[in-house]
Amino acid sequence: MDDITKEFLVESHENLDRLDRDLVALEKDPQSKETISSIFRTIHTLKGTSGFLGFTKLESVAHVGENLLSKVRDGVFVINPAITSALLATVDAVRFMLGQIEATGQPGDRDYSELVDLLARLGAGESGPASSTAPAHVSAAVAPVADPAPVVAPPSFAAPAPAPLVVATPPPASSPAPVVLPVPAAAPALAPESAEHKSPAVSDSTIRVDVVLLDKLMNLVGELVLARNQVLQFTTQCGDSAFLATSQRLNLITTELQESVMKTRMQPIGNVWSKLPRVVRDLAASCGKQVRIEMEGKETELDKTIIEAIKDPLTHIVRNSVDHGIEGPEAREQKGKPAEGCLKMRAYHEGGQVNIEITDDGGGIHTERVKKKAVERGLITSEQAARMSDHEAINLIFLPGFSTAEKVTNVSGRGVGMDVVKTNIEKIGGTVDLQSQFDHGTTLKIKIPLTLAIIPALIVTSGGDRFAIPQVSLLELVRLEAEQAHKQIEFVHGAPVYRLRGQLLPLAYLNRELKLGDRPGAADEAVNIVVLQADGHPFGLVVDEINDTEEIVVKPLGKQLKSLTAFAGATIMGDGRVALILDVLGLAQGAGVVKEVRNRGAKDAGPVNRRVLDTRQTLLLFEAGQGSRMAIPLSMVARLEEFPRSAIEYSGEQEVVQYRGQILPLIRVSDHVPAVSDVAKDRSGPMQVVVYNDHGRSVGLVVGRISDIVHAAVTGKRHAHRDGIFGSVVIQGVVTDLLDVQAIVRAAEPELAPKAA
Amino acid sequence: MSDNRQFSTFRLDGLLLGVEVLKVQEVIRYQQMTRVPLAAETIEGLINLRGQIVTAVDLRRLFGLPPRAAGRLPMNVVARTDDGGVSLLVDEIGDVIEIQDEAFEQPPETLKGVARDLVDGIYKLEGRLLLVLNLEKTLAAA
Repeated sequence: MDDITKEFLVESHENLDRLDRDLVALEKDPQSKETISSIFRTIHTLKGTSGFLGFTKLESVAHVGENLLSKVRDGVFVINPAITSALLATVDAVRFMLGQIEATGQPGDRDYSELVDLLARLGAGESGPASSTAPAHVSAAVAPVADPAPVVAPPSFAAPAPAPLVVATPPPASSPAPVVLPVPAAAPALAPESAEHKSPAVSDSTIRVDVVLLDKLMNLVGELVLARNQVLQFTTQCGDSAFLATSQRLNLITTELQESVMKTRMQPIGNVWSKLPRVVRDLAASCGKQVRIEMEGKETELDKTIIEAIKDPLTHIVRNSVDHGIEGPEAREQKGKPAEGCLKMRAYHEGGQVNIEITDDGGGIHTERVKKKAVERGLITSEQAARMSDHEAINLIFLPGFSTAEKVTNVSGRGVGMDVVKTNIEKIGGTVDLQSQFDHGTTLKIKIPLTLAIIPALIVTSGGDRFAIPQVSLLELVRLEAEQAHKQIEFVHGAPVYRLRGQLLPLAYLNRELKLGDRPGAADEAVNIVVLQADGHPFGLVVDEINDTEEIVVKPLGKQLKSLTAFAGATIMGDGRVALILDVLGLAQGAGVVKEVRNRGAKDAGPVNRRVLDTRQTLLLFEAGQGSRMAIPLSMVARLEEFPRSAIEYSGEQEVVQYRGQILPLIRVSDHVPAVSDVAKDRSGPMQVVVYNDHGRSVGLVVGRISDIVHAAVTGKRHAHRDGIFGSVVIQGVVTDLLDVQAIVRAAEPELAPKAA
Repeated sequence: MSDNRQFSTFRLDGLLLGVEVLKVQEVIRYQQMTRVPLAAETIEGLINLRGQIVTAVDLRRLFGLPPRAAGRLPMNVVARTDDGGVSLLVDEIGDVIEIQDEAFEQPPETLKGVARDLVDGIYKLEGRLLLVLNLEKTLAAA
């Protein structure tokens, strides 16, 4: 049975119950216009809907009932017991047919001409000839085949529950009974009986509940979860075994209750998907393409709020797939694909999350073209583009201001879109991933949490206050003892970094970001680093203490605090105090560890920003020798290392060091750049080495001093006349030489240099 | 507007202020507060009001008045808004009083500064004046 029919049944059962009440009320107060109108409306709705759904038999019965009622309403007749009984009989007949529809999908083939006849005669009988024509016609048409008084019939079918066969059996009686008043009176008593036999009747198994009530329930359960957490905290201090057992039961019940209540807010994803076939059809038609849409897992359920939140992104993705992904029929046939493209939507649960996949068998994404576009638009540098894997390149389309469409159509190609999709999905704690095979199609995979209301979070302390960090953004926890911390947290021009398995991890101190003030003596204590991911970039958040993980109930902040991007909301902790929930992305942007442009994309991805991005690069600044300021793009740097002079060994003429189980050849930058005296050689301190990685082989560039990492606009480029130097640029107002790393490596280690170069 | 209006009154550094009683959800004593870093200085913190998270606004700071004497804890006047409750931190809670509309007057021209924007008008009571606080504007200013 489809959803519409189900809804119709639920609604009609409610309506019939009201009809029963109204009809009885009407008998007591025949003059009540209001009651009559209400009855009329109800019957009219029933007639309309059943006609729409193709239940003609139901419609015809409702129709004659309506005719009779309209006369009553217009004051042609005054209601009398005969009319009331006939109308009640109509209600019963309708109810019976609804029961049949529920059981078999069809109203059954019982004949209602008797009832129709009766109603028609009641409608026609006492009225003038003009108004009688229509009903009289109906009765004439159905008169020949007649049943025994139809309302008597229910008892015979009441016992066998689904009864599709029994329905067919009522023996046709020859003579239409005249107005049989006592019989309809018996029917109402029988109707409930027949309802009882069909155990899970639609109308009995569902009720309509106000969403507000559900939200309130959800909140209350949230409170209960908090109270439970509080109780559980007590149990750890209390040895009473009875109390322990009780609280454990409380724990279980609360969890179960939480799950059940959460389920009440769940809706199948099909509700959002249902409008997509139309979108696809219209769009395909306007682009001159043939697209078929397939759906799998329509019944996958999601929280109502999430359903709302993914509605627009999903539509956008589908439009994109049809507009950009799937090719026109000729192009498809040339490639040996069927002319009709296929868009497949799939939803399923996995590990407490919902996955939604949108796959098209279209042209796929041409990674080189994407890279080229991104470079053209100044979203990435050409060096970055060269180092990018295909997967990274494909995901470039999520950058703000990006569009590969050759021309802007009214559908897409304006370059705002996929980044908005990504932002919206990330806003609800989801992730988006794109995979594409050129010429074979694209798959977009969305992972979203089941619900937003209750999330697992890590509780940390900083500056004496507790904060909750949603676990979705948590990567790992690192603890450095005070001594280690002194050594291993390095500063690049004041910006703290930590080397996490070889990668430089920018650090942000929570107490400083939130202006909570430094804790006295913090310098001598162990450092706790919470490694978080914001917008795909990892960064370390230094906190005073890491407390625990807890399920928290997210509550929004008031209007006065909405402008604070560092917080996503607040929650109530086990001890009843309020703790703020950190917005990892907002915090990262505030701390400058993630470029702000990325997220604001939708609005600001205008040309201005692009031009700025175009000339900005992240550069590592260092001194090769006396007073010579040099820079290389940070993207070429694998690591920064420090070696004691004693570590230098020789392999032939070549200076090498042992490094991570490998032999790292060292190149002294000063040897290769003329007019730079080698200070590094003379000094006795440790050597600063920039590890450069190319095609899987590493080279260490010995430099004098590493001074800074800057994200600066590179202006005033001048081409160089010296070896080993690309040219000179002005960075932060000082002339800086751009080192040609590849040339130097080529000169020093010919076999290391890329073959193509 | 009916002839009589009821106001929930409270004191703030010698001023007698009132908010329409229907807009007040409840009045409670000082609650433990969680400060909100980076927030405007008029925001004192967040309190847990039986599971509802309520932002507390320090009215003294909003009105540019000197801070409360050390050791004196403010009271919470929790106002109802569409957005949930907001608590106004005041010195002392007064009575709920019913006032005739005739006693109303526009704020005098001499009333300057923030107070001018936040006060709707003045009711002349016996021996004192009641300043009617415009809740919406007050919360927007916080």
